[in-house]
Amino acid sequence: MTKEITFKVFRYKQGDPAPHYDRFTVPCDENTTVLIAMQDIRRDQDPTLMLRHSCHHASCGTCGMRINGKEELSCVVKVLDLGTPTVTVEPLENLPLISDLVVDMTGFYQRYTAARMPYIRQSEFNPGAEPPEGIDRYTRYENCIECGLCLSACPVAGSDAEYLGPAAMAAAWRAVEEPRNGDGKHALNWVDNEHGCWRCHIAFECSEVCPSNVDPAAGIMNLRRKLTGSSLLRLFGIKR
Amino acid sequence: MQDVQSTQDTVRPKRPLLAWFDVRSRKLGSWAFALNRLTGLGLVLYLFLHLVILSLLLRGEAGWDAFIKLARSPLFLLMDAVLIFGIIYHGLNGIRVGMVGLGYGVRAQRGLFWTLMVIGAALLVASIWLVFTI
Repeated sequence: MTKEITFKVFRYKQGDPAPHYDRFTVPCDENTTVLIAMQDIRRDQDPTLMLRHSCHHASCGTCGMRINGKEELSCVVKVLDLGTPTVTVEPLENLPLISDLVVDMTGFYQRYTAARMPYIRQSEFNPGAEPPEGIDRYTRYENCIECGLCLSACPVAGSDAEYLGPAAMAAAWRAVEEPRNGDGKHALNWVDNEHGCWRCHIAFECSEVCPSNVDPAAGIMNLRRKLTGSSLLRLFGIKR
Repeated sequence: MQDVQSTQDTVRPKRPLLAWFDVRSRKLGSWAFALNRLTGLGLVLYLFLHLVILSLLLRGEAGWDAFIKLARSPLFLLMDAVLIFGIIYHGLNGIRVGMVGLGYGVRAQRGLFWTLMVIGAALLVASIWLVFTI
């Protein structure tokens, strides 16, 4: 069944005095995702609409947007499942806007790599399985797809432009939890400041919107526990 | 600390206070976060109000008695109920924030919130009953 859906899309081009919204009507069926609808608009109605996307299956993390006010990967949100006659589509927040639905992710990536997290982790799946000859143990990639939804949803990031943010601190916790060949102390020192883990005000929105179950809020709290423990030990003159 | 690039968005500048209180499309954590700040600000305001009221004692018995008469009015007692709500909510959510903020009970934070709120609701009902009956 095809239904006509109105999209209220955030628009802005460099040099515009202010952003505005444009309305587009797109026929959507039960398989139409918000990303597909945006691409349809670009192809059939307005070729100047800018957006980021790549894989179309929630792996690349490039198509993050605010859909009806909530951070989502637009490639896996089906339009008719939203149940609203008008769907509002906006760019991620707490990152500099470039154009329309595209934000500058440089600051996000810079923080994320600064945590020095190894990109592979010990696999927790099939713990009893015997690895093939020549392989010590199973490993897998980290969960985070670097989509930036967590930073957009974070109320603290909206009040501190130097805040390290949930994704970077979740990465820092991974570097502490499983340092592999790295050094977890670097990550701990990196987050131990007023723009780091102590800035978090425990709203948990980062974990709510994370599409990969990274649970950044838990990572930040674990960093705090670790740092508090170390401080207490230092207070009593115990070195570790 | 290593320098980090600012994420300031000059096209969509945010007012920090609004960012704290914008709970549209947000979940429990944001509501708890916003209400905690609101009750915190309210309690600070009350502290100053309380000191102003105590200063009425400087005017002697007549000034104080007039205030006591006002304090027994239903509207004033209703304001007392709002104050008690603020104290109970801020205190109990503060326990949750303190625990979770130090890494304890992080995964149970939602259950912890509702458990404390049930305790808070019972305390609030009992307190309001006492305010209006004593």
